[in-house]
Amino acid sequence: MSYLVGSGLTSYGKHEGSSTLDLMSQASNLALKDAGLSRSDIDGVICGYSTTLPHLMLATLFCEHFGISPQYAHTVQMGGATGLGLVMLAKQLVASGAARRILVIGGENRMTGQSRDSAIQVLAQVGHPVYEVPLGATIPAYYGLLASSYMKAFGSTEQDFAALAVLMRQHASRHPGAQFQKPITEDDVLASRPIASPLKILDCCSVADGGCAVVVSAEPVGGNPLKITGAAQHHNAQHISAMKNLNDFGAGQCTQRALQSAGRKLSEVEYIAIYDSFTITLTMLLEEIGLAPRGQAGNWAREGRFSKDSATPLNLHGGLLSYGHCGVAGAMAHLAEAHLQMTGRAGERQARRSGISLLHADGGVLSSHVSLVLESV
Amino acid sequence: MNSNDWTQGGDHLHYQQCGTCANRWYFKRDFCPTCGQTSPNTHLASGLGKVCASTLVHRAPSDEFRAIAPYRIVMVDLADGIRVMGHAEVDVLMDDQVRCEVRTIAGRSLPYFVKDTHVS
Repeated sequence: MSYLVGSGLTSYGKHEGSSTLDLMSQASNLALKDAGLSRSDIDGVICGYSTTLPHLMLATLFCEHFGISPQYAHTVQMGGATGLGLVMLAKQLVASGAARRILVIGGENRMTGQSRDSAIQVLAQVGHPVYEVPLGATIPAYYGLLASSYMKAFGSTEQDFAALAVLMRQHASRHPGAQFQKPITEDDVLASRPIASPLKILDCCSVADGGCAVVVSAEPVGGNPLKITGAAQHHNAQHISAMKNLNDFGAGQCTQRALQSAGRKLSEVEYIAIYDSFTITLTMLLEEIGLAPRGQAGNWAREGRFSKDSATPLNLHGGLLSYGHCGVAGAMAHLAEAHLQMTGRAGERQARRSGISLLHADGGVLSSHVSLVLESV
Repeated sequence: MNSNDWTQGGDHLHYQQCGTCANRWYFKRDFCPTCGQTSPNTHLASGLGKVCASTLVHRAPSDEFRAIAPYRIVMVDLADGIRVMGHAEVDVLMDDQVRCEVRTIAGRSLPYFVKDTHVS
């Protein structure tokens, strides 16, 4: 068995003057402290890429900066799915014996480390360099295309998408580290600045600075261990022009395999952490996974079925949409919140029951998927 | 005229087809991504098809595209059996029958879909 024994999460938003390595270091210090471990206890380091610090060997660069010399270290690139992919890898590394205490890190000054145009252009590169990117396509445009197809197939409306943005903001209002904490209404979302129809600015996650780290261990050390009981991946085509099916991206079968590897069923899940780069992303993932019927995710959010006191609370820190999105660490914030929830340390955000959690993230344009199952010890 | 052949089909789109397994695809390569056969055939596409996804882009990524924003990007299922992303007339809707032209947009040659009035 492998255990998640500590987590560290910075606030997301503007960290003027902090570099990728600074944010990775801050998060790592928080995670080590949370796990009750010191630098010398770490024998493995895996991290995600940073768009503001492109480097051939970011993990080794970080280790030098942070002052550790592990037996195992490298970087992983799976777009938005990287954070959960790193935890899946850490679970397997621990099981294989390659390392026993692994520091898993994401961090980036995505907001202040580059211009907004630069961030948009770098991220658009998940599209095809010949057949898609030269069209002036952007990540919101790719997801706008998917949203138009999804609305036609399943009857979701822009107002339904808005309900999910409202929910994430409501959750973020209880987290002092969230980039956006002021409550919003569905009308606010509908009236917000158009980006790539049907998506408005409040349907889109932010660009933030921030960092998040966790420690994965072969033993349940420290005061707050969780079991990592299930993990799975699924990979589609990289580009939406090459997707076989625009209405099934494999998130459902991916989570089913993760649950199966944990010996659990979807109906047993008590807390959910789902990637929400856009309201359409969250809609599609919730509905593919089976956490809401097709076309109903927005309605279910309105009815309180994903709220703090519901049977399946969702992203109680506010998600990418409102806690913020700083790249690899973006989805790791979902993980840090799940850790707090599952160890009863979420304060006023604390859900009633969260002994079994399901996490899911995607990278690219629903191109890569990773699911994790975490359970209380 | 467009200096930039899209992509080498000039004013038409290209697609490829495998002579062994009959698979068709859009992104050019020198083998069949389904069966691995190494001499695929390259064809000119009719460029006729139906809009299967559509977005009006307001937030452009660069100055060249800011100058023409908002612009419509669509995905079209071509009768040729491939799916293509391109620009389109702003008032093109989902399910519209469209026809591909190659036009100069934001200083570069790109596929551009117009409503096909011959079909409906």
